[in-house]
Amino acid sequence: MSEENKKRESEQASNREAEREANEQDKQQEEPKEDSSAQTDGEVHVEPSGKATPNKDAAERALENQNPAAEAKAEKHEEADKAAKAEKPDNAEKPEKKASEQAADGDDEAAAKKKAAAEARAARAAERAKKKAEEEEKPKEPSPKQPVLDRLVDILKEHAGADAIEEAYVNEASRHLPTVIVKADFWTEVATILRDHAELKLHYLRNVTGVDRETHMEVIYQLINLETKQDYAVKVKTDRDQPAVPSATPVWSTANWPEREIYDLLGVDFPGHPDLRRIMMADDWEGYPLRKDYSPADPEV
Amino acid sequence: MIRTEEMLLNVGPQHPSTHGVFRVVVKLDGEQIIHADPVMGYLHRGTEKLAENLNYTQIIPYTDRMDYVSAMTNNYVLVHAVETLLELEIPERAEYLRLIVMELQRVASHLVWWGTYLLDIGAMSPFLYAFREREMIIDLFNELCGARLTYFYMRVGGVKWDAPEGWIDKVKAFVAHMKEKLGEYHNLVSGNEIFLARIKGVGRYDAQTAIDYGLSGANLRCTGVDWDLRKSQPYSLYDRFDFDVITRTEGDCLARYEIRLEEIRQSLRILDQALEQFPEEGEIMGKVPRVIRPPKGEAYVAIESPRGEIGCHLVSEGKAEPYRLKFRRPSFVNLQILPKLLVGESMTNLITILGGIDIVVGEVDA
Repeated sequence: MSEENKKRESEQASNREAEREANEQDKQQEEPKEDSSAQTDGEVHVEPSGKATPNKDAAERALENQNPAAEAKAEKHEEADKAAKAEKPDNAEKPEKKASEQAADGDDEAAAKKKAAAEARAARAAERAKKKAEEEEKPKEPSPKQPVLDRLVDILKEHAGADAIEEAYVNEASRHLPTVIVKADFWTEVATILRDHAELKLHYLRNVTGVDRETHMEVIYQLINLETKQDYAVKVKTDRDQPAVPSATPVWSTANWPEREIYDLLGVDFPGHPDLRRIMMADDWEGYPLRKDYSPADPEV
Repeated sequence: MIRTEEMLLNVGPQHPSTHGVFRVVVKLDGEQIIHADPVMGYLHRGTEKLAENLNYTQIIPYTDRMDYVSAMTNNYVLVHAVETLLELEIPERAEYLRLIVMELQRVASHLVWWGTYLLDIGAMSPFLYAFREREMIIDLFNELCGARLTYFYMRVGGVKWDAPEGWIDKVKAFVAHMKEKLGEYHNLVSGNEIFLARIKGVGRYDAQTAIDYGLSGANLRCTGVDWDLRKSQPYSLYDRFDFDVITRTEGDCLARYEIRLEEIRQSLRILDQALEQFPEEGEIMGKVPRVIRPPKGEAYVAIESPRGEIGCHLVSEGKAEPYRLKFRRPSFVNLQILPKLLVGESMTNLITILGGIDIVVGEVDA
């Protein structure tokens, strides 16, 4: 069996899974604008293997197009490739096999497969480690947004005090986003400066995200100046047992519902919020669903 | 002496004009609204929580079901976030396909809005016209990916299906057809006096309020703010096309109506250029590892959905599942201004104003 077939097989398996999920959702969900058609969509889409899909040709073409990518990858990871071949007989013949035959395969093959997978993993890890070491050797160039960040830090230190900022860095993964971590005690003051300072004028709050970091809670505010198009992220960290972040709603009205959502799903208190109550879950809901250690009172629900 | 008292009225959750399951508790003095409290969460499925236990490809169908009127843009914002963290190169043909379906989706979404909004305020027939044209887009999508509403079309690194033979020509034919029909829409509705009396000057606010409330999309541009992420923070290939950001300064429901109709024309302009530039051949999937594990880190990306800024905040710990995935849903954020707009209005304007904001409840509740 070729690499191509194997790739196809694994792709289909993962799609089937994803689409089974999708169909379950379809049934549960109300689709007020497309009721009847939504149901049939699900049925047509269930067959990604190409049998009943109206797009059989398209499916084949799409798969063919993926081959070069697969080949290139194979060249790169010779080790991983070898290991992958070892597991191929089991994996690639699945469609033709009946359930009884599969059961007869026994433990030997399962063990071989496991071993091969472990080898592949080790090879990949080694490669990653090598790459990382290479990267560390090179001196890192400062981000083009570094001056923007430095200026922001200067302004905040000057107006809110030298202690206001815990950390400041440019998040290069997020299109070089200047990011500052502000101490919760200073947040109200910092927020006002961000909005009103003549150089910053961050009137537009795009998004508020809450993250349960397990050791602490984080609330992240994404801000942008609509004229200069410069955006910033401001993080406020807080204790996990008694999480509280001063509300930004008095500064930006748009923080109202997003903060309620974070309160509802993560249990972060926002002192100074005009109307802090649950927004998505029922008023008498117990616990905070987005927390990492959340377990529903009734797992059936 | 006539004794008067306030009346508490529940609009929804099962009311067709709320476009889903959404409730507004209004306090009335006669016909005048003195307080309004939106109640939501009836459609809350915990998409963000579910995503923490799924791999990235499996999350895509969930995004289809957030804003089910504009599934393509939702697909895009998720894969775009993952690709940003992975620093992936997307093949040009795939990116063109994405852009074409996103613009078609914008047209389809605005058509749904146009039809249902007029239905809300009492005009039956425009709905039939809008859905006639929308059906053609749905058929195009059906041919492309086998689904009519929840497409599951995009993947991290590209798209799932290539354009079938002749598909591009069909889209070209549709664009030409739609341009012609847009004039018909204006003739049918835009100058109608009853219609104008219902929406002109209703639900008015200024630019400062819009920015303070974080409004986006037509809700922001109706106050004169020139802000469209396709131009302001170009993503995908939008910097290659010539199109205008439509703004109005009135800030009322009529301004929002005009912007959305005019945006259909701009989308058709983009489609014209994109279809002309569409590469004859090429890959539709980039070089993507079999198991997608974005490196440790976080990224916030935002794109312009038909309803405004849809954003995705992705926190990755280097695993195959996201550590935290947060969607900035434009319907949810835009809806916040509703209580403010309703105070002092008459009860009849509730539907006009709610419809003018253009929400999809699947996205409000996520």
